[in-house]
Amino acid sequence: MAELTYRDAVARGIAQEMARDPDVVLIGEDIAKAGGVFKATVGLYEQFGPRRVRDTPISEQAILGAAMGAAMTGLKPIAEIMFADFAAVCWDYFANEFPKSRYMTNGQVKTPLVVRLGNGGGARFGAQHSQSVENWCMMIPGLKVVVPSSPVDVIGLMAAAVRDPDPVIFLEHKSLYATKGEVPDGEIVDTLGTAKILRHGKDATILALALMVPRALEAANRLHAEHGIDCEVIDVRSLVPLDTQTILASVARTHRVFTVEENPRLCGWGAELMSIIADEAFYDLDGPLVRITTPHIPLPAADVLEDLVIPSSARIVETVLRTLSN
Amino acid sequence: MSKKISPDDISAEVRLELYRTQVRLREAEQRAFDLFLQNLVKGTSHLSLGQEAIAAGFAVAMQKGDLSFCTYRGHAHTLARGVPVEKVLGELMSRDNGLMRGKGGSMHLTSVEHGVMGSYAIIGAHLPIACGAAWRAQYRGDSDVSVCFFGDGTTNIGAFHEALNFAAIWKLPVVFVCENNLYMEYTPIADVTAVEHPAADRAAAYGLERIIIDGNDADEVLRTARSAYERARRGDGPSLIEAMTYRHSGHSRADPAKYRPEGELERWKERDPIKMYRARLLNLGVSETVLNAIEQEIKDEIEAATVACKAAPPPSTDIIFTDVYADGGWAWRN
Ligand SMILES: Cc1ncc(C[n+]2csc(CCOP(=O)(O)OP(=O)(O)O)c2C)c(N)n1
Ligand SMILES: [Mg+2]
Repeated sequence: MAELTYRDAVARGIAQEMARDPDVVLIGEDIAKAGGVFKATVGLYEQFGPRRVRDTPISEQAILGAAMGAAMTGLKPIAEIMFADFAAVCWDYFANEFPKSRYMTNGQVKTPLVVRLGNGGGARFGAQHSQSVENWCMMIPGLKVVVPSSPVDVIGLMAAAVRDPDPVIFLEHKSLYATKGEVPDGEIVDTLGTAKILRHGKDATILALALMVPRALEAANRLHAEHGIDCEVIDVRSLVPLDTQTILASVARTHRVFTVEENPRLCGWGAELMSIIADEAFYDLDGPLVRITTPHIPLPAADVLEDLVIPSSARIVETVLRTLSN
Repeated sequence: MSKKISPDDISAEVRLELYRTQVRLREAEQRAFDLFLQNLVKGTSHLSLGQEAIAAGFAVAMQKGDLSFCTYRGHAHTLARGVPVEKVLGELMSRDNGLMRGKGGSMHLTSVEHGVMGSYAIIGAHLPIACGAAWRAQYRGDSDVSVCFFGDGTTNIGAFHEALNFAAIWKLPVVFVCENNLYMEYTPIADVTAVEHPAADRAAAYGLERIIIDGNDADEVLRTARSAYERARRGDGPSLIEAMTYRHSGHSRADPAKYRPEGELERWKERDPIKMYRARLLNLGVSETVLNAIEQEIKDEIEAATVACKAAPPPSTDIIFTDVYADGGWAWRN
């Protein structure tokens, strides 16, 4: 057992898989000698050498296209797109190439690859370097979408993503890179499509992802300590595949549900989850389904503004209190 | 006979193979067009009539294991790798015997067992993908070459430039083949491009040689292909080849191609690659009988394929839900 940052967990997860499988290769901008702009790949170049850890030009389409061509012909590439916002300049690969090639070719073409992206806000980078793009990815059949919130999950889900035979979009939250967590020694392999109950509670279920997970936990602790309300907090972790069983079972116990979403409101993952709950657990519910999201706006840069719009633990506490007291 | 028709580097067998391939592509695509007119080919289709020498030359020069990456105008390149006509027509006709059982359609012909790694319908997308396949070959020390075909219009999209630079700096065993048929969909390439030769005039920007060839001369195509493949296999990196050609038909389906100046098509038909190649073979001493036999053999294959496709059932609807994910299904939740 050791304490590790989320950032170092990325490198450890990749190293674990590269050491295991010589077909695993890593490419991206500034990821090799420089160790990545977020320092999440430090040491990999030194450990695995220039053949397996390779810097690319600023060519997001070339990065993803190359990853796909390599994956189709036998490698297991991990490609980094520095800021998740840049997915928009190479969107063809997310929307048309990775997810459709297997289907269109009646199963002939396989694209087992991982795209890692620096996702999320909180760093005061403004509207084009702060987005959480999981909703963009979730709506495309054929992709898998993973959004870890802790160092141990980063390692385990990275391993699962690399070993998965489908294209996996792996969203690392930039504001979590410096956070720490206990990580066991030895190989860690998790399972895609499994949500984690991080706090048990009987009064309401709070569903969260990535940076919203520690905020939901903090809110739950305050709701309990200050108001005697006992919330269950679930880290959804994987949007595709989606662990609806864990979520529906929790709602059946608590009869109340909230989502905490960092994304702009429309077409959010929370809306999809709420629609599933409304369809399949309607008679378990004692009250409205409530989504706590960023308003439907681009993210402002200034700290006072950004802090106001991204859901905070205070906003979660206040919303849960208000809803439950109605 | 071999000596007589082969005074140079191209053997008699290879010349006959080039001829056979070109005729096969021509006849198959002409049949596809007829079936379209009979409303038996649904959706869209993009023919390479008039451009067969490029597909034939590059494919005949390939070794088994080399990989082709094509566009939506990919019937010819797919057939040229030896994919049965029946499989291609079946896909165009949305039948269960199609190459992808109707799940891909005309624009996405793929036959991994023949090295046809896909036909891509988003302009430029497959150039980086071909780089990736070539990177795998380089990484593993495999000797195969990735060959990527695309049109003149494709040279103006970002992915073209990203891929060229990427392939050049990594010295990848990839060959980029621009089929310059003078038009994008309906607009002449010259109207929208800053240089005269949309591919070749950009080669210098990536440290590559400026290569322009007569894409209607199968021998010239074959020779160019051979040297580009050798260079790639030697580890000397990519090539960018601009092959000048012309499509006899419209861009897609029943496009009458009214935008072409009068006489242009007729002038290019004078330089029909198959007509020219037939004349060359006769000139080199191949007998009419040999050529007629090849032509008949192909007509028979296409006739049999047509009959088989017309008789084939449509795909069973259960394949709607297969192969979204690697477990064979489409489940996104538990
Ligand atoms: C990104 C993108 N933009 C536009 C189109 C629509 N489109 C399909 S084919 C085509 C013309 C392409 O011309 P060229 O590259 O010369 O190929 P050709 O059809 O002549 O073989 C266009 C514009 C597309 N498929 N993808
Ligand atoms: Mg063209």
